[in-house]
Parts: sequence; structure tokens; C-alpha cells
Amino acid sequence: MSLRSLNIPVIDFVGKRKFALIFSAILLIVSIASLGLQGLKFGIDFTGGTLIELGYEKTADLESIRTKLAEAEYKGANVQYFGSDTEVLIQLEPQATSSAKLSSSIIRMLGEGIDVRRVEFVGPKVGEELTNDGGLAMLYALIGILIYVAFRFEYRFALGSIAAIVHDVIITLGVFSILQIEFDLTVLAAILAVIGYSLNDTIVVFDRIRENFLATRHVEPEPIVNEALNQTLSRTIMTSLTTLLVLLALFYLGGEVINSFAGALIVGVIIGTYSSIYVASSMILALGISKEDMLPSEKEKKEIDARP
Amino acid sequence: MNHYAAWKNLLIVFFLFILGLYALPNLYGSDLAIQISGSGNYDVSERDLDKINDTLSDNGVDFKSISLEDKNVLVRFNDSQSQLSSKAILKDSLTRNYVVALNLAPSIPQWLSNLGGKAMSLGLDLRGGVHFLLEVDMNAVTAMAVDRYYNELRAALRKDKLYKKIRKEDNLLFVSFKSEALKNEAKKVIKEDLPDLVVAEGSEQELEIGLEISAAAQADAKNGALKQNITTLRNRVNELGVAEPIIQQQGTERIVVQLPGVQDTARAKEILGAVATIEFRMVDEKNDVQTAIQSGKTPAGSKIYKFKDGRPLLLKSNVITTGENIVDASSSMDENNQPSVSIVLDSSGGRSMLDTTKEFLGYRMAVVFIENQVETVMEDGVAVKKRSKTQDIINAATIQGTFSNRFQITGLDSAREATNLALLLRAGSLSAPVEIIEERTIGPSLGADNIQKGLISVLVGFGLVLIFMAWRYRVFGLVANLALTLNLVTIISILSLIQATLTLPGIAGIVLTVGMAVDANVLIFERIKEEMRSSKNIQKAISSGYEKALLTIADANITTLIASIVLFSFGTGPIKGFAVTLTIGIITSMFTAIIVSRAIINLIYGGKKVEELAI
Repeated sequence: MSLRSLNIPVIDFVGKRKFALIFSAILLIVSIASLGLQGLKFGIDFTGGTLIELGYEKTADLESIRTKLAEAEYKGANVQYFGSDTEVLIQLEPQATSSAKLSSSIIRMLGEGIDVRRVEFVGPKVGEELTNDGGLAMLYALIGILIYVAFRFEYRFALGSIAAIVHDVIITLGVFSILQIEFDLTVLAAILAVIGYSLNDTIVVFDRIRENFLATRHVEPEPIVNEALNQTLSRTIMTSLTTLLVLLALFYLGGEVINSFAGALIVGVIIGTYSSIYVASSMILALGISKEDMLPSEKEKKEIDARP
Repeated sequence: MNHYAAWKNLLIVFFLFILGLYALPNLYGSDLAIQISGSGNYDVSERDLDKINDTLSDNGVDFKSISLEDKNVLVRFNDSQSQLSSKAILKDSLTRNYVVALNLAPSIPQWLSNLGGKAMSLGLDLRGGVHFLLEVDMNAVTAMAVDRYYNELRAALRKDKLYKKIRKEDNLLFVSFKSEALKNEAKKVIKEDLPDLVVAEGSEQELEIGLEISAAAQADAKNGALKQNITTLRNRVNELGVAEPIIQQQGTERIVVQLPGVQDTARAKEILGAVATIEFRMVDEKNDVQTAIQSGKTPAGSKIYKFKDGRPLLLKSNVITTGENIVDASSSMDENNQPSVSIVLDSSGGRSMLDTTKEFLGYRMAVVFIENQVETVMEDGVAVKKRSKTQDIINAATIQGTFSNRFQITGLDSAREATNLALLLRAGSLSAPVEIIEERTIGPSLGADNIQKGLISVLVGFGLVLIFMAWRYRVFGLVANLALTLNLVTIISILSLIQATLTLPGIAGIVLTVGMAVDANVLIFERIKEEMRSSKNIQKAISSGYEKALLTIADANITTLIASIVLFSFGTGPIKGFAVTLTIGIITSMFTAIIVSRAIINLIYGGKKVEELAI
């Protein structure tokens, strides 16, 4: 039975994988280049420092705030509007004597009657720890996933899914680096959620590939993978769309704090959808997956036979 | 086919009913309230409730209700004006055995709270408040322990004149001896009397040994300092009047302090981090301070101290009494309208004060304010801890008459300084300096904004998904929507039941779950569509659609679950809040998207002759 007779669109994903390879390669090179050259714009969660968000009754005068800070000799102060022109965000890099008292003295200096909306102070040591913990979390998540997929499927699938994840994470980070959007703890959480999401997508496709390998007598891997991609295509698109819908709601309505979080996820979901179609499956084809690899071992076979 | 047994359906309904019930408390808002609790070991009782009730009624305050809940008296108000004025009234009329704090009290009906129903607890980013991470200076703790053992060691070895000399070096105590026999004798004494001191490896020489504090004793000292600091911090927070503060140990040398609803964060910072105490010393009237400075020789038994403005004064080295002996302190204005602190000493402090004032009538006594500070500074890119100690004379006045345990001190700059000093003396001192290494403060206006924005984005995102699903899958889409709604209720219910803290990233997690939870239903529905193309049997298509999708859903969700559990265990703050809701959302979505949606589909189509599916 062919797909065409089932009214399922047949797109030759596998045949086009050369183009996808080139496309991915370009994205990766640009991302890595940007990460290497200008890096990420780390927020105070990782660099340490002080952040103050102030609410003014009328339009705030940024120049006078900058002058006052310069007069008081606070080094590396970044003053900007945040969301609207009555809200001001002041960011200070770690000072010679960086302490939690810094923010209090700045607020006192800027005068009375200002609404203090947010103050964040991260000591230098804490920033370092948060960076390490963040990196570790990413590493452990990848290892945990690798083990599970290798156990449930086969090592090539595990490598394929990890390739897709690394691809997605690098490109998402690349977008943050190119646009110089601030990278803080919530963005890190978003990147880790992208890992989960991208994997979810990839697993669904892999599941179908395995099922198709077992269900047909064909042995050529390319058409089988292509068929699986087509069968799961409408699901892939539907789920990406619903997820994107809620993310857009978060992006536009969730407020400034959640903005870059939603942005990271939007980029990640788009890239993740693309990678689960092209990157993961190309990878397992390149690694030479075959029908024999799918056949369950003797023990598993018995279990399958025992199923109703 | 496609029929659930009645017990199965009932079980599902039962589960959903329970979950719905415990999500219910979140629909009720909260009242403005004042929470009165006992400080220290004192618990408030019915008697206090009556007293508070009378006080408020006497002052003509209009309040909604008053009740005793969990060892707290809660007074609920209709408007913030009567809430604030009542706080002032109660603060004045109640003694310091009570903590009076502004609070928001959930207005859940009695029957629901009897069942244990509670609303979700909101994180600081939603309700406003301060989060501090404090680090205890453990090097200082070790140094203090070394000092203590130094004295004990001397006392232990002095009896039989065993040692020649004892010196301190890098947290080690070096003891030298006149003979090998004395050394061995001393080692025996140390082993018996001071088992916490051990000979440091490679430090033993012919007539000298180096002693260090054993690892276990060091750990004990550090743990003790941490625990004592937590107690002191709790006292100070009680003095500040905060409802539902969190003061917790984190790791081996850090303390988390969370103060919901605190507005004056500058004051909170001053109070929490201060390691301050006072000492009383006699002024050395026999020697001249200028000569001492010029000659560079301080007379024996005296030390040079300075006033805040820099004026020097010679004080006796012997301390009359210190802040340790203070049992109560309160700030007030003295007869000249100067800020002052009234002090009550314990019996031993009172006795030595009485002896001193009797003996030195007409001489001057000085009050010295001592503050220890620790700060992390960057030196050549490396974080280094810098300690500083300030000792200022705040007052040196002639003793006019004898007194013992009750007196006043003056010479403070401002009323604010007097209040802070009185508070610190009352709450007790920190056993080791602490440093605030992380602060996250959310003002009340931003908190309210965050709640509103979070709520709107959940509703809009949720609504969009509902519309999209109904349009794409028709009847099945509506079933998926029902499942999705139940999933949202379930998440809220579980968050309320386990009293997890909901934060803004947590809301983002819920929104993301909404988007991803439909995935399970999409997988199932697409599979049913496929099955229908290959077979005419609609009932069979439904059942094999569910069955075949099941394994895929499980695989996909378990991998996401791995990622979110890793997030939970390694993340801090925002990451953790996100991971909690994501983890719960993934698990509950399996229940609602697979089991609940199947039950509904079965009820609609199961066992009937269906010509066409609306999918």
C-alpha cells in the first residue's frame, strides 16, 4: 500500500537532505562564529553585578540618572528604558566593592518617591556557581536522554537525537548571540525546555521509523524513513503550531521579564521542528541504520508476542 | 469495543472530582489582614485574641473578622486604611512578645479549609518581597574556635607547668616544651582533656608539636555557628514584623531568607547583615591620649579608641560588660529630646555594672559600638573576602550615681540608629559575620503586574489552543479541549495540594504544558485518521489509534520528563519554578489526554454504530 493511495502528502524529505545539510551547516557556522567572536551577552545572573528597575510617575530622564551615577563614580552603569519610558533599568557590573548595600545607596541617591520595582544583586562567587550549575544541568540532561534513547531504541538513534539537540541548542544560542539578547537564568531554563521539546519531536519520528521497519518487508532505509516523516508530518506541524500559539501569547503578553524566555523557546521550537524532520533522520541514515538493527532480541520478541 | 467498565468511569469521575475540589480554593481571593503571632517560644492564645479584639474595638477600628489560626491571630479588614491604622495601634499596645505583621489571608470557606483545601502559594516575584542568600564567614568561625582552644589549652597545660610557649599560626597551635618527657605528658593531657585537638600531620618535632582542631570538631563549630545565626536571624526578622518569613539553611554555609511583602528592603538589609554589639569600658583618666599617640606607646592596660568624628580617647582594656549580657533594649527620646536606647542587663551584667559605678563614681564610662563586616571584593579577577571591624565610641559620660541593670545610653546620631541598635541588641548577635551574596527584590507593583500578565498570557494562550483544536478536529477537538481544561485544573490542584510555590517562570511552565499537552491528543487523533484510511471499521480505528499512539506518547513524554527532572534538581530560583510546573504538567497530561479523553470518546462513540467520525 503506498502513501499516495492514503491521501497523505508525499514529500521527498530524504532526497532533499543534501540541501538541508547545507542549510544546517550554514546556520551552525554562523552561530558558532558569532558565539566565538562576540559571545553571549550574559546577564547579571552569570556575571554578577547589580540590577535596579525603577518606576517613575512621568517620563524618566535617563541623562540625569546617568550623570548622577557618573558623578558618584559607579563604573560600567547601563541605564535604559524597560518596557515603557516611565520605567528605567539600571545595570551595574561588579564594582570594586560589590555588596548588597550598593543598590540601597543608589536608590537613596536618585531621590524620593520612586517606585522600586525590582532589585537584583548577584555576588561574583554566586554568578560563577550559577554558570557552572547551568552548564552541568545541560550536560546531565543530555546524558540522561542519551541513555534512555539508547536503551529504548538503539545507539544510532541516541546519536541522532543528540545531534538534533546539539544542533538546536547551538543555533538558538547563536540567535541570542547575533541579536545580543541578554542571556540570563530564565533563558537557560528555556534552552533546557528546548532540549525537551526537540527530543519529543524526534522521538515521535523515530518511533514511527522503527515501527515501519518492522512492519514492511522492504529493506531500503531511505523510503522507510521518508514514509515515517510523511506519516508524522501533520502531527509535527499541529503540535508545533499549538506550542507556538501559546509561546506567542507569552511573548507578547507575558511582560518584559518573560520576554526573552518566550523568545528563546520560539526560536527553539521552530529549529527543533526542522531538525526532527531533517537533522535527526539524516543522522541515522548516515550512521547506516538497517532493518536488522530494529529486530528485537529474543527476549523482547517473546514479550511482543505475548501482547494481545 | 471502546467501552470502559462502569467502575473505571466512576474512578475517573471520582479522581477528577477530588482534583477539582482541591483546585477550588484558588478561586477565592484573599483579604487584607494583620497577623499577630508570638515571638520566641510564646504562642498566642484565646486570651490574646480577646485582648486584641477589645483593643481594636476600643479604638473604633472597623474590621471584618478576627480568628485564631495555626497559633496566629488573624484580623481581616475591608480596606487597607483600617489595616494600616490597626497595625500602628496594635504595635503600640502589644508588648514585644508579639510579632505584628501585614499579610494577605486567603478567604476560603470554612468547609473547604476543613478538608485541607489551600490556595497555591505565590512566589516572591508574584506577591512582592525580598530574597536574600547569606553566606556565613566560616574562616571567622574557625579563627574563633582556634582562639577558644588556645585559652583552653593554656589552662589545661598550665596546671603542671607542662609547656614552654604556645603560639598561634594559621589556625594551628604550636606548643613548645623544655623536655621530651614533658611533651609526652602534655600529649596525654591533651588526649584526655581536649580530645578535639589533634597533632597536625608532620608538625611534630623534638620539643614542639602543632595542634589542629579535628575535622569533626571543626564541622561541629561551623554547623553550630550556622544554626545560631539562623536563630538570631529569625529573631531579627520577627522584630521587623514579617508574615510567613522563610529562613532556611542551604548547603553547609549559607542561609536563605525570604521576606514576602517587605517594602523597606534597605532596612531589612541593614538589620539582617549587621554583626554589631556594644561594650562598656572605663575611660583611662590617668594618661593623656595625645602623648600616647605622639610617642606611639599606649599605656599598659589601655587602648586608643575613636569617636565617630575621629576624636581619640584612651579606654581601659578591661570590659565592664558587653551586649551579650543585655536582656532587653528599647529606643526612645531622652529628656533633651535626643535619641537614646534603654537597656536592661542580666544579673551578672548588672552586678558588674553596680560594682563599677560604685567604685568609679565621678569618672567617665564609655560605650563602644563594634561592628564586624565582611565583603567580597574582586582583586585581579579573583573574588576575595575582605573583613573589617569598626569600633566607635558612641558616648563617654561621667557616672553621676550608682546603677546596676537598668540605664540609658545616648550619643546616637538619629532615631533610626537608636531603633536599629535597640533591635540588634534585643535579637542577639550573630555568632559569625554574614555577607549577603545574592539579593532578589520584587516591589509590590511589579508583583501585581506579573500576576496580571501571567494570568492574561495563560488565558490567551489557552484560548487560542482551544479554538485551533476545535477547528481542526471538530468533535474530537472538543474532547481534547475538555481534557486540556481538566489538565489545567489538575495542575493547579496538585500545586495547591503539595503547596509548591508558583512563580512567573512557573506560569510559563504551565503555558508551555498547555501547548505540549495537546500533543498526546494530536498523536492519537492523527493515528485514528490514518487507521480510518486503511480500514472501514471505525470502532477498530479508534481503539487501535489509541493503542498505537500510546507507546509513542510514553516515549516522548518520558524523555521530556528526564529533561525537566534534571532542571528541577540542578536549577535554582527561576529554573526550579519552571521545572516544577513542567514536570507536574507532563505527568498530569498523560492522565487527562489518554485516559480521560478515551473515556469521553468511549461514551460518545463506544458500542454504537457510527457511520462517520467528526475528526
